[in-house]
Amino acid sequence: MDFEPKLVGFLCKWCSSAGADLAGVSRKNYPSNLIPITVNCSGRIDVSYVVRAFHDGADGVLISGCHPGDCHYNSGNYKAWRRVALLKHVLEEFGVNPDRVKLKWISATEGEKFAQTIKGFTSEIKELGPGPYNDARERE
Amino acid sequence: MTGKPRIGVFICHCGENIAGTVDVSSLAEEIIDYEDVTFSTDYEYMCSDPGQNKIKEAIEDEDLTGVVVAACSPSMHEDTFRKVAESAGLNRYQCEIANIREQCSWVHGEDGGSPTKKALKIIKGTVEKVKRNIPMEPVEREHSDKCLVIGGGIAGIQAALDVAEAGNEVILVEKEPTIGGHMAQLSETFPTLDCSQCILTPKMVELNQNLNIELMAYSEVRNVSGYVGNYEVQIERKPTYVDPDACNLCGDCEDVCPVEVRDEFNQGLTTRKAINIPFSQAIPSSYTLDTEACLGLNPLRCSECADACDADAVDFDESSEFVEEEFGAIIAATGYNLYPKEEMGEYGYGKYDDVIDGLQFERLLSATGPTEGEVRRPSDGKVPENVVFIQCSGSRDPENHNSCCSKICCMYTAKHAKLYKENVPDGNAYVFYIDIRAGGKDYEEFIQDVREEDRVLYLKGKVSKLKEIDGKLRVWGLDEISGERVEIDADLVVLAQSIVPSEGASETSQELNLNLGPNGFYKEAHPKLRPVESLTGGVFFAGVGQGPKDIPDSVSQGSGAAAKAIDLLSKPTLSHDPQVVEVEEDLCSGCGICVGQCPYDALEVNSREVAEVNEILCEGCGTCSSGCPTNALSLKNLTDEQLTEMIHATLGD
Ligand SMILES: Cc1cc2nc3c(=O)[nH]c(=O)nc-3n(C[C@H](O)[C@H](O)[C@H](O)COP(=O)(O)OP(=O)(O)OC[C@H]3O[C@@H](n4cnc5c(N)ncnc54)[C@H](O)[C@@H]3O)c2cc1C
Ligand code: FES
Repeated sequence: MDFEPKLVGFLCKWCSSAGADLAGVSRKNYPSNLIPITVNCSGRIDVSYVVRAFHDGADGVLISGCHPGDCHYNSGNYKAWRRVALLKHVLEEFGVNPDRVKLKWISATEGEKFAQTIKGFTSEIKELGPGPYNDARERE
Repeated sequence: MTGKPRIGVFICHCGENIAGTVDVSSLAEEIIDYEDVTFSTDYEYMCSDPGQNKIKEAIEDEDLTGVVVAACSPSMHEDTFRKVAESAGLNRYQCEIANIREQCSWVHGEDGGSPTKKALKIIKGTVEKVKRNIPMEPVEREHSDKCLVIGGGIAGIQAALDVAEAGNEVILVEKEPTIGGHMAQLSETFPTLDCSQCILTPKMVELNQNLNIELMAYSEVRNVSGYVGNYEVQIERKPTYVDPDACNLCGDCEDVCPVEVRDEFNQGLTTRKAINIPFSQAIPSSYTLDTEACLGLNPLRCSECADACDADAVDFDESSEFVEEEFGAIIAATGYNLYPKEEMGEYGYGKYDDVIDGLQFERLLSATGPTEGEVRRPSDGKVPENVVFIQCSGSRDPENHNSCCSKICCMYTAKHAKLYKENVPDGNAYVFYIDIRAGGKDYEEFIQDVREEDRVLYLKGKVSKLKEIDGKLRVWGLDEISGERVEIDADLVVLAQSIVPSEGASETSQELNLNLGPNGFYKEAHPKLRPVESLTGGVFFAGVGQGPKDIPDSVSQGSGAAAKAIDLLSKPTLSHDPQVVEVEEDLCSGCGICVGQCPYDALEVNSREVAEVNEILCEGCGTCSSGCPTNALSLKNLTDEQLTEMIHATLGD
């Protein structure tokens, strides 16, 4: 059977979740692997959630917020940016491919970009294979 | 609430919108087995009356403690369903929406994977969240019903008048000795050519006489603290050294004053005295002694003005007065300046006397100006026979100067050319332009009229060089339409100098924590849908400080900002979203990392060495909670526990 990655996406409510809604309104088809979790701001994402998600069997994690300068709360996305950069280093140290975490700025008007991002991310993770704690990996 | 949660899940078909791709009845069957779900059902249209009744009845009959409505995006009907939950006795935050339409059924067709499986995961995650939500009530609080207007140009004047007319008290703070702003300097105004002062000065008088408005001219905002509804503001009233009540405008002081300096009102075309009144219709109607120019406010050095004043209005002992006031709303109307000469090497601006800017030309055209409305050039007072107007000087030039379009220059240049031709019918007017942007009402007709009736020669192209040769200003340019080079020997060159925000924009943005855009103009909360609001609650914009615009647009925006301020001030109390951050004091180490992470200054480390949240300032982004090393901070109803369980549910089978 084909490997179907399990993906979680943290979307900020003001931009990226609205962008995902627009993808829906414009009926942009994309794979259903990623389960969205809407949070107030990308700044709300504690990097430990990403680790947690891998622990729970995720193969990839997307964090998406407003474009730099556009965060509804002024600067939450800048905090997210730094935290994710740091996290990627740490993941690498622990032998997890940092490409399993993706940070993407998607505005409320970018429905097409949202759909493309999910398509791209899903196929990238398919390439990378099962995540660090995915049971499938042990079975391999 | 004690006891085990009892969650009801309501799955909407949305006709075929959801049911077409998601197997809604199997969702209802599967979710009932999920922990803490005690009721589930699906229905054609949950948002319809019978749908809403189903939810209401179930909450009552099944004694539900929380509700998940799996339907369209929360931006559509979250409020609707929360009201339903409230009507059945739950707190509105005990209802959450699982978005299985926009983010699921609409994007995963038959070929698009497994929408039903995904919908189930989204619902499970939402169940995990809602069962841990706590009831919350909006925070209600009193507020001041006064409004502060910063800047007394036409935009600020209009805003102040509108707010005052609605019955609210207003303080208008103007930095300069008089209100009126740049409009007071203009001669006639496009497109109708009515005299600027004739339409402006009655408004200035009206403002001064309005009992709800206190005018604080020659004053500046020094310090702002607080938040929407309750801004504490310190205002400095600078000393004018003249008692406005005693001054009778005789002008004797001005006659004897021995100091002459550049006259700002005439854009440096004339001089003024150290003691002066900017123009005769100035409001407040009184003299001001400019200390930078004055020989020293010291009767031993010079006291000519005080000696000459029969009314005893001059008082050298005056000093700054600091006033503290509380305001509910603030309107920033700090206007513009022209892009400074020092920044412009080209076109000889600042080098040749007869290369002037648009506002200087307004003064030459104005009946109250240095030439009483006759167009005479600054260097020798000669009537110019050839005048070259250069548009976009410093605008639309991201490499060297400003990237933005100053918006009003096409129109005022056409006006200038027209008024010049009326003044000097035998003269020649040339306009160099990149494009003509005349988008306002009746504006295109105005331009056409200038081109055809007034016989002004429009040359599409940029000026490449300008040099003084034999007493003439030689202008080299290219006429892109004929493809030919042009060379004009001009007597006067008028630059449509780029509009830049006044220093007031950066000063005010620092005091009020406002964002500025790339060209330094105020940045709106939303460029299309919230154009007069800032992201700082209770602070609104009016006039050119927000972006280049003409008088009609400045006035409209003044009224728009006023309407927003009135709306806020007329509320009996203000309510604030209760989703804010809480501190668990036992876990807090007092490190203060959160303080720096908060974009709203809502956190501080208090005297007990623990973080404290100001619930009114906190906007609930939760950024601090994710940065707290000891997990002492948590965002209500989006806690670590909630997110962790949501992740877990989402990744389970
Ligand atoms: C050459 C020229 C010709 C024009 N001709 C026309 C025309 O014919 N028709 C037309 O419709 N428009 C015309 N305009 C545009 C017009 O001038 C503006 O639209 C209008 O004046 C904008 O008003 P405002 O109140 O926004 O700004 P301003 O007039 O700049 O007023 C801002 C006020 O705020 C004060 N201020 C600034 N900072 C502070 C601070 N920190 N604290 C307190 N006070 C502060 C300033 O002193 C000033 O009084 C022309 C512009 C130019 C340059
Ligand atoms: S609200 Fe979108 S990133 Fe902050």
